[in-house]
Amino acid sequence: MAIVADKVTANPNVKVGEVILDVKDLKKHFPVRRGFFASLKGGPNPVLKAVDGVSFQIRKGEIYGVVGESGCGKTTMARTLLKLTEPTDGEMWFEGTDIAKLGHAETKVLRRHMQMVFQDPYESMNPRLNVSYIVSEPLRIQNVAKDVDEALPRVLQCLEDVEMTPVEEYIGRFPHELSGGQRQRIAVARALALDPSFIVADEPVSMLDVSIRGEVLNLMQNLCREKGVTFVYITHDLATARHICDRIAVMYLGRMVEEGTADDIVGDSLHPYTQALINAVFVPDPNKKQLGQVLKGEVPNPINPPKGCRLHPRCPKFMDGVCNVTEPELVEIKPGHRVACHLLKNN
Amino acid sequence: MAMLEVKDLTMYYKTLRGYVKAVDSVSFELEKGKALGLAGESGCGKSSMATTVLRLLPSNGNIMGGSVKMDGKELVSLSEEDFRKEIRWKRMSMVFQGAMNALNPVHRIGDQIMEAILAHENVSKQAAKDRMLNLLDMVGINPKRYNEYPHEFSGGMKQRVVIAMALACNPDIIIADEPTTALDVMVQAQVLTAMEGLRKKMGLGMILITHDLAVIAQTCDDVAIMYGGKIVEYGSAKDIYLKPRHPYTMGLVKAFPNIAAEKQKVRSIPGSPPNLLSPPEGCRFNPRCPMATDKCRTEEPPLVKSQKGEQKVACHRESEIEEGVDIWQ
Repeated sequence: MAIVADKVTANPNVKVGEVILDVKDLKKHFPVRRGFFASLKGGPNPVLKAVDGVSFQIRKGEIYGVVGESGCGKTTMARTLLKLTEPTDGEMWFEGTDIAKLGHAETKVLRRHMQMVFQDPYESMNPRLNVSYIVSEPLRIQNVAKDVDEALPRVLQCLEDVEMTPVEEYIGRFPHELSGGQRQRIAVARALALDPSFIVADEPVSMLDVSIRGEVLNLMQNLCREKGVTFVYITHDLATARHICDRIAVMYLGRMVEEGTADDIVGDSLHPYTQALINAVFVPDPNKKQLGQVLKGEVPNPINPPKGCRLHPRCPKFMDGVCNVTEPELVEIKPGHRVACHLLKNN
Repeated sequence: MAMLEVKDLTMYYKTLRGYVKAVDSVSFELEKGKALGLAGESGCGKSSMATTVLRLLPSNGNIMGGSVKMDGKELVSLSEEDFRKEIRWKRMSMVFQGAMNALNPVHRIGDQIMEAILAHENVSKQAAKDRMLNLLDMVGINPKRYNEYPHEFSGGMKQRVVIAMALACNPDIIIADEPTTALDVMVQAQVLTAMEGLRKKMGLGMILITHDLAVIAQTCDDVAIMYGGKIVEYGSAKDIYLKPRHPYTMGLVKAFPNIAAEKQKVRSIPGSPPNLLSPPEGCRFNPRCPMATDKCRTEEPPLVKSQKGEQKVACHRESEIEEGVDIWQ
C-alpha cells in the first residue's frame, strides 16, 4: 500500500492552471433489471447510460461547474470521479495515476486527496456525533489520528478555515444544534480535514435558504483562491454557477453538450440546450418578463435515448437528416470553448 | 373593495413549550384577477399563512384574532361546515407543495380530479368526467391519459394535475404553495407559463408562496415580504424589487443570484431566522440588521406607508436610508 501511496501523493511542483484531473471517455452504465416475463423475450438486458462518454480536464485551483437538469447524470459523474461508484469504462488521470483502475485499498489512500461535500446537510451527518467527531472522522479512518483528542488541533484549524468561530462554541455541538448553513460548513470542514487538493461539491446549497447560500458559496470560493483547493461544483442552478465558477460544463442525458468559461457559457452560449437552460432561469426583475420561452417536452428516458443528437426531439433548431442520424462530437469552437452541435459545423 | 381582505390575522401553534407565533397580525389584500407573491425564508410563516386563510390548520393551530373577508363576508367566524360547503375549493383552492406527495398513488388521476368535483358539487358523474377531461386539456395534459396512475407521469405533469385539481370547482382564488420548488428550471418555466395563461384566461386571483424571488418577479403584481411571521414590506413588485426600503428586503434581493448581472460575489445575510417560540423583542429582524438601534430592540415597527417610496414598510429607520445606498456593504 505504501508504494501506491507514493503514486497518488500530491506533486509539490504542480502549479495553478495545470491539469489536476484528466477524464477521458468516462462511462457509467447501470444494468436495468427486467421482470421474469420480459426476460423470456431474450436479447440483452437494457442498460441505463447515466454517464455516456464524457471527456474533460479540470485544472488546479479552479472551480469547475457541472450544470444540468435532474437525470442528466451530473451526480453520477460526481460520484464516479471519487470512485464512490465504479466507472464502467474510461480513464481518469489524477496527478499521474489512472484512478479508474485502482482497487479498494488504493482508493482509500486516494481519498486523502479527493473529498466530497454532499447535497443534504441534514442527512449526511450522524445526528449522534458532535462536531469534533464529525470533522475528525476522516482523520481517524485514514489513521492520521488515532482518536478525537489527537485530531483536535487539525479539527480546530478546519473549523477556523470554514469561519465557524469562536471554534470552542461549535466544537461540542450536535448537528441539530446547527442551522442548515452551519451544517453545510461543517460538511466542508470535514472534507478539508485531510487537506485534499480536490473536492467535489454535489449541490451543496440546494437545500439552503437563498439568504444563506452566499455563505457556503463564498467559502468555497475563498478556499479555492487562498488555499488552491480545486472544486467541482455540481448544480442545477446556472445563476450561482455563473457567479462562482471559472469554467462551466453543461450536461444533457449523460453527455456533455457545451463547456467553456463561465462568461462564454452564460454570455455567449452556442448550444441550443444551453441557451434554453439560460432562458429558463428566471431573473429577479419584474421589468423583464420571460415566461413562455421554453423548450417543449421533458428529458427523455436515458434507458432509450433518442438516436443522433440526444436533444433533437426538443430542439428548436432541429435539422432533419442530420441531427437525428449522427451524434455530434464535442468540438473546440474557440480556445477553451467546446460545443457538441451540428449547427456549428455547417456554418 | 378587494376580493380577499386579510386584516391583522394572527395564528399561533400551541406546543408544549408555548406558542409558536407563526403568523402575527398579517394584513394584505388581493384584487380580482391579480397575483400576490408571499416571499420569505423557510420558517417565516408563509405556508402557515396559506393554511390559515384556507382553514386547513392542524389541531394545534389556533387563529388568535384578525379577520379574513371574501367579497365582504367574514370567513374566520364561519362554521367549519359552512366553510367546507361554500368556500373551500368552490371559491378558494390550493395547489400544494410537492405534487409527488399531493396525489394518491393508488388512484387514477382522472378519478382524483373527479372526486374533488363530486365532493363539492351536485353534478352527474358524466358531467364531472367531461369537466375533468376539459381541465386536463387546459393544463396541457393529453385528456386520453386520464385513466393513468401518478407514477406514469413526470414531476412537471404531476404538478399540472394538482393544478387541474385546484381548478376543479372554478374557484376565484388559488393559493399556490411553492408550486415549482421541486421541479427543474426548464419544467418550472413550463408549469409557470401554463399557470399564468390559465390565470389570465379565467380571471383568477392568485397567492403565490415561494422563497424564489425570481419566480415572483416573473408572475406577480404585488409582493409581500415576510420575516418571522410578519410582513415587513408590502407593495407592487416593481417598487419592491427595484427600490426596496426594508433592510431585510434589500439583503434578500441582493442575495438572489441574477444570471443576467455581471459576475460578482454571491451575497448572504449573516445570522439565521428567529425562533418563533420566543421571537426577539422589538423588530424581529434586529439581531441580523446592520442598522439596528436601541429603539429597534425594544419597540416593534408598524407596517406603514414608506416615506420615500410607494410601498408599505415596517422599519423604524426607513426614512434615514437614502435611495441607492447599499446598507449591506
